[in-house]
Amino acid sequence: MSFKPVILWTDALVYFLVAAMIVFAWYVRRNEHLLAPWRRVSHSASGMASLTVLIFFVIIGLLDTVHLRPAVENNSSGAAETAYSVEVLSLFDVIATPLRTQVEKTYSAPFAVYLYARETVELPGGGQTREFPRLKYGGAHLKDPEAQLFADIIGKAIAGASLGLFLWGLIVVMLSLVLARRSGESVPSVLSAIRHGATAVSWKTISVTLALILMLFGAALTLCGNYHILGTDKVGQDVFYQSLKSIRTGLVIGTLTTLMMLPFALLLGITAGYFRGWADDVIQYLYTTLSSIPGVLLIAAAVLMTQVYMETHPELFDTVAMRADLRLLFLCIILGVTSWTGLCRLLRGETLKLREMEYIQAAHAFGVSHWRILSRHILPNVMHIVLITTVMDFSGLVLAEAVLSYVGVGVDPSTISFGTMINAARLEMAREPMVWWALFAAFSFMFALVLSANLFADAVQNAFDPRVKTLSARTGALRRKIRKEGPVAKPAATGAEDSFSS
Amino acid sequence: MLNYIIRRVLYAVPILIGVNLITFTLFFVVNTPDDMARMQLGIKRVTPEAIAKWKQERGYDKPLIFNDAENGAAKFTNTVFFEKSVAMFAFRFGRADDGRDIAYEIRTRMMPSLAIALPVFLLGLGVYIVFALTMVFFRATYVDFWGVVLCVALMSISSLFYIIAGQFLISKLWHLVPISGYGQGLDAAKFLVLPVIIGVLSGAGANTRWYRTLFLEEMGKDYVRTARAKGLPESIVLFGHVLRNALIPILTGAVVVIPLLFLGSLITESFFGIPGLGSYTIDAINSQDFAVVRAMVFLGSLLYIVGLILTDISYTLVDPRIRLE
Repeated sequence: MSFKPVILWTDALVYFLVAAMIVFAWYVRRNEHLLAPWRRVSHSASGMASLTVLIFFVIIGLLDTVHLRPAVENNSSGAAETAYSVEVLSLFDVIATPLRTQVEKTYSAPFAVYLYARETVELPGGGQTREFPRLKYGGAHLKDPEAQLFADIIGKAIAGASLGLFLWGLIVVMLSLVLARRSGESVPSVLSAIRHGATAVSWKTISVTLALILMLFGAALTLCGNYHILGTDKVGQDVFYQSLKSIRTGLVIGTLTTLMMLPFALLLGITAGYFRGWADDVIQYLYTTLSSIPGVLLIAAAVLMTQVYMETHPELFDTVAMRADLRLLFLCIILGVTSWTGLCRLLRGETLKLREMEYIQAAHAFGVSHWRILSRHILPNVMHIVLITTVMDFSGLVLAEAVLSYVGVGVDPSTISFGTMINAARLEMAREPMVWWALFAAFSFMFALVLSANLFADAVQNAFDPRVKTLSARTGALRRKIRKEGPVAKPAATGAEDSFSS
Repeated sequence: MLNYIIRRVLYAVPILIGVNLITFTLFFVVNTPDDMARMQLGIKRVTPEAIAKWKQERGYDKPLIFNDAENGAAKFTNTVFFEKSVAMFAFRFGRADDGRDIAYEIRTRMMPSLAIALPVFLLGLGVYIVFALTMVFFRATYVDFWGVVLCVALMSISSLFYIIAGQFLISKLWHLVPISGYGQGLDAAKFLVLPVIIGVLSGAGANTRWYRTLFLEEMGKDYVRTARAKGLPESIVLFGHVLRNALIPILTGAVVVIPLLFLGSLITESFFGIPGLGSYTIDAINSQDFAVVRAMVFLGSLLYIVGLILTDISYTLVDPRIRLE
């Protein structure tokens, strides 16, 4: 199949982000002092378990980021050029083609074989009845659903889970081979070390989490070919497919917003703290003004205005996907512009403290230029704040997307996201019997994503925040406990969702 | 003290002017009134007359900042900027798209908002402090551990879920309270119970955890060691010393949101059909009523700045060591 790659704006930025992260990781690997806090992260069991889940989400999100336009098959007249469809698909869409294309007529419950709504059906011998018709795809292979359904589901689930388990076994064996090679020990001894949690990196937690994910996902994958495992929505689209698609939207909002806000926060925060004087006054005025507008109102106002702009300039967008993508990007930019103030304030404070340190004074005395002091001495020493804020903000942003979509200032209605899913399903709560599955799917996927982001953020904070170490050193008896699950959460002032829901 | 307050109030003026400039830029410069008119009247097939009428009805037909046709001060006053943005300082918000006076709407809708936000605020403060103290009292035990786990889990649930699940369980399944609506006087109570409980619950995770941190930080200080060395029982150390000192950051952190309580909560109000300022804002956003959104942005920042000033004053009240000069 021939296709034409499409790089949407958010795709380009995501690629940029991935490249930046790879460069950063490579740089960290070569510097022991930068590696040390990450090593502490890798020792945290909850941190590594959540990271495993996050990586799984990120893989789905990345697959969904590679966009392309498939060629349209037309045999008419040997046209030299192949025409490409207007519809922009992602690699994930291509992989999940059965899920995407097996569209029912309307709602159907998870694992249902009958439609949710009654329909008038023509009887073979003439005449009509109203009954629940069979689904076109869900459980279509079953001859006698009442008798076979349960056994078929269990059988497929077990088959899928064991496939996942097999895959997991392969991964663990490969992992222990690598570890054994690196440490020079025998494979069985490495395996037993993993099993007893005796390794420095908590491989045990990682592999247990991985086993759970692979089993669940294996079962889901085998089942979703024949059933709608999370039901279908109003127009008959598979909810499982939508939930997986929502992951990318959530990840993009969580990460790109940070990418958008970092330049502002870093540049202005450090400038204000380092140069003081009028620059400090201006920047302080700027962020006080911006932060005094209640976040959600400013976002609403800005999104309304971009909506007007996009409505009145339709010529700027070729395809629907491009338009939706640009709206997503605008949302990220707006969220970034409205949320840099918190980080900026933190950075300014830290820079104020750093510039009085002896080593900065010494650098001044040696005649080191401002630029060099900023880039060599100040910037690396505020990076931990940037990192902690970034990971702490992520979960708030994912949650905020749902709220903003409900308010009507979120992503484009054609973009599949947790917010649009909840919004569409919310109105169906009043139906009898209730349509609960779309809400259930959106909330549980969101919960998994946000929970793992929160746990990972805690692990990162514990490892990077110098305050945590001093605190645990002071409260002797508490030390072990604190390191275990980490109490020091920064005031919720930077957490996004609070300000949105109130 | 009085001097300080006056200075702070004066400092608020340039900030409000800044807010005003930002909203003006957003609403009138990024998109011209013509764009907005076209958006409201339908993108295609709009006659210039319809646009002119729309603008004239709302007073958007004047020049933005500088009116060349007028003389003297009217060069500046007879403009969109003066009449729409500067007028907000005198609380003249103009009319909404449905022709009603925005200032009047704000006055009448403030109370229902407050009726939800205030109980949520007070009850929440009490509940979170009690839970956090319990966790600190049982620190380094399973109570504490599972408490933190519960907090993180509660934090990770979308606030929409609390509302939807609450409405479904309590109103639809158990028929304990009406799903949505609002009444006058004491009648309102039955409508308010559920939103208040949900409001407290949805903030529980993050706040309890934060308060616990504050308490733990306080536990590491020297006076706590002294108190223990004197032989005071742990409960007195905790409730007599730690609680009182940790209340300083908790209360001062809470003061800043008190004025904002008037604005209410966007999603709670619109889910429960409470005629407060939150649902007013949501309706305005959905119907793209720019005048109302502009007024709410201004009001929101005004209240936030008042909150900041109150915070500074409350510092001196609870902590005698702080002197504001």
